[in-house]
Amino acid sequence: MTTTPVRPEAEVALAPSAAERRATARRWRVVLVLSVLLLAGAAVLTLAGIRGDLAFVLELRGRRLAALVVAGVAVGVSTVLFQTVTANRILTPGIMGFDNLYVLVQTVAVAYLGATAVVTADVRVRFAVEVVVLMGFALLLHALVMRRAAGRGDVLVLVLVGVVLGSMFTSATLLASRVIDPNDALTLQDLLFASFGSPDRQLLPVAAAVVAAGTVLALRRAAVLDVIALGREPAVGLGVDHAREMRRAFLLVAVLVAVSTALVGPLTFLGLLAANVARELLATHRHRWTLPTACLVAVLALVLAQLVLERLLGWGTAVAVVIDVVGGLYLLLLLVRQGRPTSRGTLL
Amino acid sequence: MSDATTRSSPAAPSGAAGPRHAPGRALTSRPAAALGAVLVVLGALASLFVGAASLTPADLLAVRSLDDRAVELLLVSRGPRLLALLLAGSAMSVAGLLMMHLTRNRFVSPATAGTVEWAQLGLVVATVFLGASSVVGRMLVAVVAALLGTWLFLRLLRRLVLADALLVPLVGLMLGAVVSGVATGIAYQADLLQVMSAWTAGDASGIIAGRFELLWLVVGALVVAWWQADRFTIAGLGEGASVSLGVDHGAVVRLGLVVVAVVTAVVVVVVGAIPFLSLVVPNVVTLVVGDDIRRALPVTAVVGAAFVLLCDVVGRLLIHPYEIPVGTVAGVAGGAIFVVVLLRLRRGATA
Amino acid sequence: MISARGVCAAHEGGARVLHDVDVDVRPGAVTALIGPNGAGKSTLLAVMARLLEPQEGVVLLDGQDVRAQKGEHVARRMAVLRQDTHLAVRLSVRELVMLGRFPHTGGRPTPHDRRLAQEAIEEVALAELADRRLDQLSGGQRQRAHLAMALCQVAGADVSAAPDGGPRDGEHLLLDEPLAALDVKHSVAIMRLLRRRAAERGASVVVVVHDIGFAAAHADHVVAMREGRVVADGPTADVMTAAVLSDLYDTEVEVHDLGGRRLVAYHG
Repeated sequence: MTTTPVRPEAEVALAPSAAERRATARRWRVVLVLSVLLLAGAAVLTLAGIRGDLAFVLELRGRRLAALVVAGVAVGVSTVLFQTVTANRILTPGIMGFDNLYVLVQTVAVAYLGATAVVTADVRVRFAVEVVVLMGFALLLHALVMRRAAGRGDVLVLVLVGVVLGSMFTSATLLASRVIDPNDALTLQDLLFASFGSPDRQLLPVAAAVVAAGTVLALRRAAVLDVIALGREPAVGLGVDHAREMRRAFLLVAVLVAVSTALVGPLTFLGLLAANVARELLATHRHRWTLPTACLVAVLALVLAQLVLERLLGWGTAVAVVIDVVGGLYLLLLLVRQGRPTSRGTLL
Repeated sequence: MSDATTRSSPAAPSGAAGPRHAPGRALTSRPAAALGAVLVVLGALASLFVGAASLTPADLLAVRSLDDRAVELLLVSRGPRLLALLLAGSAMSVAGLLMMHLTRNRFVSPATAGTVEWAQLGLVVATVFLGASSVVGRMLVAVVAALLGTWLFLRLLRRLVLADALLVPLVGLMLGAVVSGVATGIAYQADLLQVMSAWTAGDASGIIAGRFELLWLVVGALVVAWWQADRFTIAGLGEGASVSLGVDHGAVVRLGLVVVAVVTAVVVVVVGAIPFLSLVVPNVVTLVVGDDIRRALPVTAVVGAAFVLLCDVVGRLLIHPYEIPVGTVAGVAGGAIFVVVLLRLRRGATA
Repeated sequence: MISARGVCAAHEGGARVLHDVDVDVRPGAVTALIGPNGAGKSTLLAVMARLLEPQEGVVLLDGQDVRAQKGEHVARRMAVLRQDTHLAVRLSVRELVMLGRFPHTGGRPTPHDRRLAQEAIEEVALAELADRRLDQLSGGQRQRAHLAMALCQVAGADVSAAPDGGPRDGEHLLLDEPLAALDVKHSVAIMRLLRRRAAERGASVVVVVHDIGFAAAHADHVVAMREGRVVADGPTADVMTAAVLSDLYDTEVEVHDLGGRRLVAYHG
């Protein structure tokens, strides 16, 4: 520490240190293994036991797989982003009322427009309305909590207010569903319990485009997100407009959650699993690594869940439940492990 | 996010968390309790005389025999409903007050610690797997589940070093959401979603004589809470303070857990979950009268009962002659109140 | 040059902590901010570093309002180290220090940036631990890693624009108790490092120091604060006197001159 070593520029063009090279190689291996697993799973899911009208079956299964990929990527990116802006590894955007608002919007639409009007409406219009409402909610929440303190409001209050509003949405949903005609109620059930069964032909390309755009946006801001993850003061110290970046991230989260919810229904705990498994496997918080890997893990989890539950066990509807259980156990594990004094505060 | 002023270790709760014991001004619970009592009486009268079937005080005065329709309505429907709401409202609020002290965190209540969801899971499991057909059997399983889940949560809290007091309820909410997801999944598979919705959405419209008597159990729980009030207050000061005051902290926490679990499970079985009740009422009450349980408990019970009664009456009036369930009204009103309380508490804590 | 002009500030929703503060931080010198607890030292530092918006007054960086300049432009020549170095994320020392180059690179570091990071890590004697994760380090090591990040952030700031012969003005370092978790050996080494930065590269260094002995021994200038006001501001020799210090801390303090070095002692 006493003297700065002065070395010629050429000598210290500084190749990455051996440790860095090892870490990078390991991360590439993780990505490679996950990709291979995913491809294999996808192949089995698409091709296994195929019979009958080949073109029809392939088209349907291809569409299902595409829905899995779009939903998985949306969940992966949105959760990583959400955990970065909330500086927290145990939260998912699902608990913040987005899912509840989605259900409320559907219910109110059916209650006031009638099931027929909702079902026959252009699915893209419906989708656009949902996205706009969810984004509006994200902005409103942000304004309510963050704006009043010039961006210094605290994120946990924001999350908790979101949770409370979400619970209020559920109450309002119950209320709206009281005035729904019993026949309409059945249609509503179908709308709300959308699954991977047969994703809409019109919606899928729109959703895919939106998720792709969102993912590219997030990846392009990976370096900024690394800075945001340090917290407000370090980020401002490094010249980042913290409030603006937070607002953008929240909006992006809202869009992605809206897309995946509209496409396949709520997947509350998948993101928790994906984001944390990705970080665990990669041993880094750098977003250029965690964002794509979380997506890989999320899609892989969905594909495996489909394979095991639908093909092997024949439980068509249990995917969400199993993901909830696994996600919940994983959450417990995370909490218990972080309780060790040595890793104080690194997780939460 | 890493604002040092908002961070606190569990051992030294911030203003947002720790019990409020040294208020700047003298606190008196009398006006609050009186106001609550007036509200309860008004709510009770409204509760008795508002509903689909018409019943007026004049009807009661005109009663000549016990077979009168008015008496029957009172004894079979309106009376039981009023009692159920009074008991459920006061007991859940007190359970919230106890949880607040046991966890030393203002934002923890049966609603945010997963207790309610565990009780619901217990009910679903009892119905689907254990074939429990009697209400008492189901309730016992629910009590055990609520006890287990809340105990697990408290154990977890002891191990956790949370950077922020607000993370505690968030952890509880996440775990609650998982438990609730599992319960919904089981109910869905067993085609019990309809039945389950009765336990998730508090609704007093189905309460008639013969279907609420289980609720008298919570009176026992309330008596225990009152009897041990000072011990609970001391437990709320922390383990160190408890030891130095000669109170067995572990035993008090265990007793509190049992009270909370029994109250929650019974209320969920009979009335269903009433969102935010156990969170909002104790927070508002202790804001005014302070955290001493001996002082806060009666006020909390009265205000909780009044809140639920008013929610129920409003629910019955809004779309008369139909009803909005009390849980729904409480969910909207309580949620709004909680957001205000949260923003206020937080501002006070960071100042 | 950083100047605070008529700065009044309060924490969110709280009482005012700074009252009409005027301070000039000279380039090429180490300025120590001293004062009893609650004097407003950290708040003043936060206002200077644009982490906290002043209620009144303005902070000038090279003559321009710091809040009116682009965030990354300021960040390239002014780095701040806060007391709270707790992070929610797992990073290695090298990753953290490289993040200090973010305002220059926008996340795409060049070999030049890697070299600056390596130099900063070596300057705080963490070369051995460069690839270790921060949560595996001791408190003192972590603090040095954050200091390295701050050094790396302003390293290579444009100093060519300095006026003829005058003190060059490029690097600004605002450090809130950088010695808090360090032992004597590392504290001395860090203070020497900061002095060298000031002398050789014309850096303006502001350090909040609790140990007035360290301030007396290592600072060129001292700003003494009390109850949100500046009570003394000047060369170390003028401020670090028994009279000023005794008054500042309400405690009897003696200052002895031992062959040009000041030794501060207080009575029990």
